Amino acid sequence: MTGPFHPDSTLTSWGRVIRAPHRVARPRFGDEVADLVTAFSPEQPGLAIGLRRSYGDSNLNPDGRVIDMTALDRIIAFDPATGVMRAEAGLSLSQALQVLVPAGWFLPTTPGSRFVTLGGAVANDVHGKNHHAAGTFGASVTRLMVLRTDGSAREIAPGDPLFHATIGGLGLTGVIAWVEFRATPIPSAYLDGEDAEFTRVEDYFDIAAEKKTSFEHTMAWVDCSKSGSQLGRGILSSANWYAHGTLEPHREQPRRKVPVEAPGFALNALTVRAFNSVRHELKSMRTGPYRTHYEPFLYPLDGIANWNRLYGAKGFYQYQCVLPPATARDGTVELLRTIAASGQGSPLAVLKDFGANPPVGMLSFPMEGTTLALDFRNQGSRTLDLMADLDRIVLQAGGRLYPAKDGRISAQMFRAGFPKWQDFRAYIDPGLSSGFWRRVSA
Amino acid sequence: MDGSVGTVQPQSEISQGVKASNRVVILGALSAIAMATARIYAKERAALVLVGRNEDRLKALAADLKARGAVQVHVAAMDLEAEAARAEQHLGDWSALMGGVDHVHVVYGYLGTQAGASAEPAELSRIVTSNFTSAVHWCEATANVLRKQTHGSLVAVSSVAGDRGRQSNYAYGAAKGGIALFVQGIAHSLAGTGARAVAVKPGFVDTPMTDGLKKGGAMWATADQVGKALRKAADTGGPIQYAPGKWRLVMAIIRSVPAFVFHKTKL
Repeated sequence: MTGPFHPDSTLTSWGRVIRAPHRVARPRFGDEVADLVTAFSPEQPGLAIGLRRSYGDSNLNPDGRVIDMTALDRIIAFDPATGVMRAEAGLSLSQALQVLVPAGWFLPTTPGSRFVTLGGAVANDVHGKNHHAAGTFGASVTRLMVLRTDGSAREIAPGDPLFHATIGGLGLTGVIAWVEFRATPIPSAYLDGEDAEFTRVEDYFDIAAEKKTSFEHTMAWVDCSKSGSQLGRGILSSANWYAHGTLEPHREQPRRKVPVEAPGFALNALTVRAFNSVRHELKSMRTGPYRTHYEPFLYPLDGIANWNRLYGAKGFYQYQCVLPPATARDGTVELLRTIAASGQGSPLAVLKDFGANPPVGMLSFPMEGTTLALDFRNQGSRTLDLMADLDRIVLQAGGRLYPAKDGRISAQMFRAGFPKWQDFRAYIDPGLSSGFWRRVSA
Repeated sequence: MDGSVGTVQPQSEISQGVKASNRVVILGALSAIAMATARIYAKERAALVLVGRNEDRLKALAADLKARGAVQVHVAAMDLEAEAARAEQHLGDWSALMGGVDHVHVVYGYLGTQAGASAEPAELSRIVTSNFTSAVHWCEATANVLRKQTHGSLVAVSSVAGDRGRQSNYAYGAAKGGIALFVQGIAHSLAGTGARAVAVKPGFVDTPMTDGLKKGGAMWATADQVGKALRKAADTGGPIQYAPGKWRLVMAIIRSVPAFVFHKTKL
């Protein structure tokens, strides 16, 4: 019984590479948060955390204090007529959908997991398969409440510089207490989708350019294990909302779970290759259009709880970059060539084009171009060296990396990708920090 | 996964009125377990009266439950221990708000510490009053309503701590064991009427009540799991239920350990 912060020696993020001692407070009611926030100071900074789906160290504050916001998950107001929802920052997107969908609304955009909080969605200005149509999550946020460690409470809206620092601001501009956003109307809970195959990555760009003019949701899956003439073969899935279906939300519980850590070899190069080609065969057997509930299409991995344990005790890294249109084609080929040559190919690689929507946040990750996301099982320096090679390609191509996925880039790499970081610094709450921020701002 | 059958929105099929079988009173509505139970009722489009100490928190909870589907949510801020003597009157008022009452959940309680109870008579009184002396009045007032209307349920939260007196928490254990006996008796008295009463005995639950204990592992349940058990107990099962169910076996073993062995442990 040592006050509201209890020690947790093994707090970790989704990638499970970093495990560090923290002291954790778990407030149950909104009125408890202010005192926890003002307990933070520049000497002993803290951080608010959610469902910890960020992969690296942006959601960790090693050897420091964190406020676990996940019990603050109350809907404050929802108007089924306008689709505007205001809720405490700890509400998960999954829970929000339980209320939105039956009323004919959907999240304006959603990342590939519904197990993220509203606060996390704002702090990372998350994007989804419909970025080219809807922009990032921040684009639909109408109002925010942030609590600063000096005791002030700031209600902020688009146009306020603190608002644009907070969108994508990695939780560093104040603790996000609640979020108000505008949902998007849907005619049904179902999507009409179709798949297009490409046998080499160069073809992806032409198909993607065509599909995004007629589909709200697009994303491609790429087989990273192939090289030569099959380098970057894959499937591009596109979908639009089905106009006449019913509005039932997803089942809340995942269908299956990974109960224990898999041994490290469970995802070695061989099984990765096997997994990829089976998946590839299955998908290419699918002929013509199909209709699917939104859950498997938008959240394919949420069906398996704790899938991150498949990567074994040492955890894994995710690498997600975006390259601008001028360099995207050549840069992506070079990235895939480097990955294939390394033999460290990941079972999941995702390719997606971002639209030209202007970024809402100073540190928003998406920009016009093509984003590539891959997992790498943590094999120590071998993996770090590979990612350093990839960094050089990204830097050369004028791209940048997604802080939510990162646990290792250099300060130089971060600053090159996010030139507005200097402006952003003025809005940081000095009583807040993270492992990520200490690294890239040092 | 074909969604082509019908275009009716789920909520339009459900009457906007209060469903006759789902008017619920929750005593101690701000506990983590009670909040989990309330969300299940909200999804069923129930009507709710939430009773607890902190009015602002109750109101925040009410807004959330309404957004999640509850057709009515009323809040009543009061000290349930102090108000136990007026239980009958309060229940009547709440019943009037909803046009009747179907389920009453008695969830409030106070854990305290055995060391505190041994050292401070006031702490001992608080533990026994919160978990037993006041709770019996709420239970009995509910039982009287149920007997008369011959339907509905009383679900009171007891604890596995009530199954055997142990050095580490016998004040709490005795009070929680007592309430289970009391509710078991009510269940007997209601037999054949169509109404029912259940004492639910949770094991270790990860809630703020147990913060500071070392948590995790197979014996710890979440508030959601226990909340689900409370909701289910309102409809089915015997008068004494364990949550999760495996605790019935665990406690049967613990009760059967002879004193000369048990006294060597620090449980």
